[in-house]
Amino acid sequence: MRPIAIGLAALLALSVLSLFVGVAELGAGDEAWALMTISRVPRLMAVLITGAGLAICGSILQVLVRNRFVDPMTVGTGQGAALGILLVTIFLPSAPVLVKMAVASATALAASVGFLLIAQRLPPTQPYLVALVGLIYGGIIGAGVTFVAYQADLLQFIDIWTQGEFSGVLQGRYELLWLAAGVAALSYLAADQFAILGMGRTASINLGLNYGQVMLFGLIAISVVSALTVVTVGMIPFVGLIVPNLVSRIHGDNLRRTLPLIGCSGAALVLGADILGRLLRYPFEIPVGTVLGILGAVLFLWLLYRPARHAR
Amino acid sequence: MISVSDLSYGYRDTPILTDITLEIPKGGVTALIGPNGAGKSTLLSLIARLMPLQSGRIMVDELKIGTCASTDLAQRLSILPQVPEIAARLTVAELVAFGRYPYHKGRPGAEDLAQVETAIEVFDLQALAHRSLDTLSGGQRQRALLAMIYAQDTDYMLLDEPLNNLDIAASRALMQLLRQMAETHGRTIVIVLHDINYAAAYADHIVTMKEGHLGPCGAPRDIVTDALLRDVFQTDAKVRRLDGKMLIDV
Repeated sequence: MRPIAIGLAALLALSVLSLFVGVAELGAGDEAWALMTISRVPRLMAVLITGAGLAICGSILQVLVRNRFVDPMTVGTGQGAALGILLVTIFLPSAPVLVKMAVASATALAASVGFLLIAQRLPPTQPYLVALVGLIYGGIIGAGVTFVAYQADLLQFIDIWTQGEFSGVLQGRYELLWLAAGVAALSYLAADQFAILGMGRTASINLGLNYGQVMLFGLIAISVVSALTVVTVGMIPFVGLIVPNLVSRIHGDNLRRTLPLIGCSGAALVLGADILGRLLRYPFEIPVGTVLGILGAVLFLWLLYRPARHAR
Repeated sequence: MISVSDLSYGYRDTPILTDITLEIPKGGVTALIGPNGAGKSTLLSLIARLMPLQSGRIMVDELKIGTCASTDLAQRLSILPQVPEIAARLTVAELVAFGRYPYHKGRPGAEDLAQVETAIEVFDLQALAHRSLDTLSGGQRQRALLAMIYAQDTDYMLLDEPLNNLDIAASRALMQLLRQMAETHGRTIVIVLHDINYAAAYADHIVTMKEGHLGPCGAPRDIVTDALLRDVFQTDAKVRRLDGKMLIDV
């Protein structure tokens, strides 16, 4: 069976499970229907979009930076989005939600461009240095966010943006994520261009790729998806790092073929973590970010110690 | 025709190329030879718009390097760099298929697929087509990259030391293929070679370079002499003639 079919089947099974896991008793008739449409289905959709979007963003960022160890949520894009939404909350509290999104996307983009400029100056012979510098860079912006929030007495707010979790997702409070889904899907149109970018500068120029244009498109896609995610459900670490790496190890880097698989696997990972978080201390919830932090660390170690086996 | 005029290029205060004016005729194999650090790769990189021009002018037919659209040039000219830095996990077939990107921009048609298949056959890569590049030997990898350039199907091909990593059979096969492409399809091939024997045996024209300047240029029989080896390469190797062929006694 084709890997994408296996992935979709697993995702479907998890989705059904997710709809029937929750504290509220699922009765029958209208009440059950209301519970589904107001809470369970929106939560499921938010999880799926977030997981797929973040995994796809991770893989695009890794191509742009030409480094496999970077994740938008740790190298500044996510922190940049949080900074933007914080600034809007302070200076333009009555702005419509789309304006807030635009500002968060713009600051996320600025932070990503900053990281890219730093990364390009680092020696390509030391891939781990890029990842480390990214962590520090993201950490500095994150510290700035905390400082500003502390000064403005908004510390309790930033928890919402930095601690990713889905318990607050209800009908009417997550729909912006569909925009993220649209942007992530749109990025598939440029799958070949991203794959060529991943082959390196010389190969890209030789094939006549418009390097700058593809780079900008990728950065905007990453920034918009990250910003929408941070504002709606908060930062979720590791998905953008682990999923593209796992898929690349097994299926290679031909993104036209692997991007759907990356999206599907990202959705499955976040959904699995979300279900686990809901069940472990039932009826209480563990935030999905915490579950993924632990799961992610284990998966990442496994990834590092396991030889690649793409198309042997 | 590739015409280079008044081309100079430097890195900080160090000149790498000085006042190069050169015409590479259309059709045929032109070998670029010279000692290490003579500026051969820089010249090739500038023609292939891999680096921005600092001064001077390069034209490929009617396309002016630096102002013409990169995507137009990609259908006219291709380059195989000396150290291909491809780190992506691609199979040989996927890599070769990307050679068609300048034409189909992401939607390969029947003709593109046929070209890819031909390229894989020409470089004898059928058995390796679904292997990942990072599992191949240096020579196999080199052949895969050459197949990609071949699939790109351009009038001009710039090859920077393509014989690196190739054994004698693969080296001769490649040079014969290049000759055939030049003769039957009118292709223009510019190739950096280190082994002057290969240049003398397969090239129509030889361009020599030394310390960023152009040296003697012309047909191999006219310019490959003891004096050339002494002046350009600073070595006292002798050129012998055998059955009408030139051989450098190493």
